[in-house]
Amino acid sequence: MLYREAGDYKTSYVADSQTFPIKFDRYGYYVLLGFAFLVMPLIINDYWANSIVVPFLIYAIAALGLNILIGYCGQLSLGTGGFMAVGAYASYKMMTAFPELNIIFVIVLAGVVTAGVGVLFGLPSLRIKGFYLAVATLAAQFFLIWLFTRTAWFYNYSPTGMISAPTREIFGVPVTGPRASAVSMYMICLCFLVACAWLARNLTRGSIGRKWMAIRDMDIAAEIIGVNPLIAKLTAFAVSSFLVGISGALLFAVYLGAAEAGEAFGIDKSFLVLFMVIIGGLGSIFGAFAGAAFLIVGPVLLKLLLVNSLGWPTDLAAHLEIMIVGALIIVFLIVEPHGIAALWRTIKEKLRLWPFPY
Amino acid sequence: MPDTLLFALEAALNGLTAGVMYALVALGFVLIFKASGIFNFAQGVLALFAALTLVGFQSGQIPFSHLINATLGTRLHHFGWNMPTVLAIPATVLVMIALAILIERYILKHLINQEPIILFMATIGLAYFLEGFGDIMWGAEVKALDVGLPKGMSGAVDDATFAWFGYGFYIDRLEIWAAGIAAVLVAVLTVFSQYTKQGRALRAVADDHQAALSVGISLRFIWVLTWSIAGIVALVAGIMWGSKSGVQFSLSLIALKALPVLILGGFTSIPGAIVGGLIIGVGEKLFDFFMNPIVGGATENWFAYMLALVFLLFRPQGLFGERIIERV
Repeated sequence: MLYREAGDYKTSYVADSQTFPIKFDRYGYYVLLGFAFLVMPLIINDYWANSIVVPFLIYAIAALGLNILIGYCGQLSLGTGGFMAVGAYASYKMMTAFPELNIIFVIVLAGVVTAGVGVLFGLPSLRIKGFYLAVATLAAQFFLIWLFTRTAWFYNYSPTGMISAPTREIFGVPVTGPRASAVSMYMICLCFLVACAWLARNLTRGSIGRKWMAIRDMDIAAEIIGVNPLIAKLTAFAVSSFLVGISGALLFAVYLGAAEAGEAFGIDKSFLVLFMVIIGGLGSIFGAFAGAAFLIVGPVLLKLLLVNSLGWPTDLAAHLEIMIVGALIIVFLIVEPHGIAALWRTIKEKLRLWPFPY
Repeated sequence: MPDTLLFALEAALNGLTAGVMYALVALGFVLIFKASGIFNFAQGVLALFAALTLVGFQSGQIPFSHLINATLGTRLHHFGWNMPTVLAIPATVLVMIALAILIERYILKHLINQEPIILFMATIGLAYFLEGFGDIMWGAEVKALDVGLPKGMSGAVDDATFAWFGYGFYIDRLEIWAAGIAAVLVAVLTVFSQYTKQGRALRAVADDHQAALSVGISLRFIWVLTWSIAGIVALVAGIMWGSKSGVQFSLSLIALKALPVLILGGFTSIPGAIVGGLIIGVGEKLFDFFMNPIVGGATENWFAYMLALVFLLFRPQGLFGERIIERV
């Protein structure tokens, strides 16, 4: 009844092509933004921030990035963990080399560095595709992690081989390091997420996004109608790695505080983000959020249920958790191969007609 | 002969035997890819699961004892008897076949006509599921696997090389056995796929699903068959790796090592899997041997992938793969 476009007249092209064309959606989005920026900082506590909200925000950025590469440009990548590590180590090197530099610039620059590395490892995509490309990106994953654990320069010759984030402040409020509060961690991640989502949304609906999708749908045909595959693929790698790098930098500097490449950015991270993209829905901005939320909140709920309510030993619960995540992925692929985003679209279609289906 | 050359030769020989192990895993990949076009990421976990089941049967563990204990408060762990290896291996084979039937029934049947990436993701899901399932069923601790294969340094190789070069090579007897078993396995598989009725059906399905269906081949049966064979190959690989370094989670990671092997050999070629495995095995051992003083160790982690990456740039379809022809 509420959810329909009837009566919502568009008088200009700009109004017609906006992200949320239905009024109900639009106001829902404003309410959500208002809630996230104004209400959440007041009610958030350490437990919520550390176990659910901050990881969700950070992984949503990574999922956005990977979704651009896989969902929009159709290039399968298993190197996300490695690229996140590039972001983390780049931010660490910049934080220690230029202590005066504002943390926001540090994180953005870490994204830029990662974009460069991403383009480098994206070069093979011009010749190979599909699973072959996936293996090529595995090379990036293993090589980068090896580089960061073996080359002492990257972790400033610290004896443990760990990198730990020094305290940095924005307007006098510490956002990284041990003194950072839950609210400041939450706010910086939220700001970056909103900026990244805005960037991703506007890139994917513009000319460059249409080129990516043309390459995804059929690369030879796209080339024939004048899409330059070199530029399209490499920009997809660059933008994707930029976002993934930002999320890696945030994960290290804001959330973890200290990290070791093999431990924090292993191949399992690549798969985690890949699952988020697949479960959320390929080629959908909303899907990246939905997938990240599902895979961050799901395990926490399971753990709460099994360990705290049923009193099972943690190792058993961990095994059951892997099993259930695996089973869920299979079920999702069978029931809805296009992910939560497609499910959401179906619901919206139904809602538009409800309660008068004719 | 100078010492460096001898050491390099020894490293290469060791690489050769390690390559056989990679090839065994890659073989399972190729079988499934040929018959169903599925890139089976779960192959490594299948090997882990097979090895776990074998050890469980051998030592008479009660399946799910951990889970039962946690829910019912009992203290079960073993039946109190040991199954002899000759019984345990067929029993494990039966489990793998049952698993193949279940996979076909509950996963593959529902995913017919989906895009390859969706199927690939489903096998990753399967890998996670089996990993958790195996741990819950048999426990997650590192287990020793002993099926009676000889271990330790091979005296014959040591003596022979000492007589020739004045320096005895260290080669594990287990790895010589592994090479022999792999050769037998490949021979059996080749004979099976070339000369039996089911083998021909298998090749027909690999060639064209629809054409195979139209001449009356049951696709579902063939898929069960392929996954069973892949399960058995996984069991062999699991036995070899398990006897070498214990049955533990890292076993499933060799699946990732098998990927560059496939790239080198081509996804559709059984000899390619063997040759690719050998090249990767020798390559990474030699690279580690020569580069170790320069860049520091553990290059084995990434060398195979980098080799595959460079190789792909020149020959995207692999050494023996079918040429990729694209049409709009």
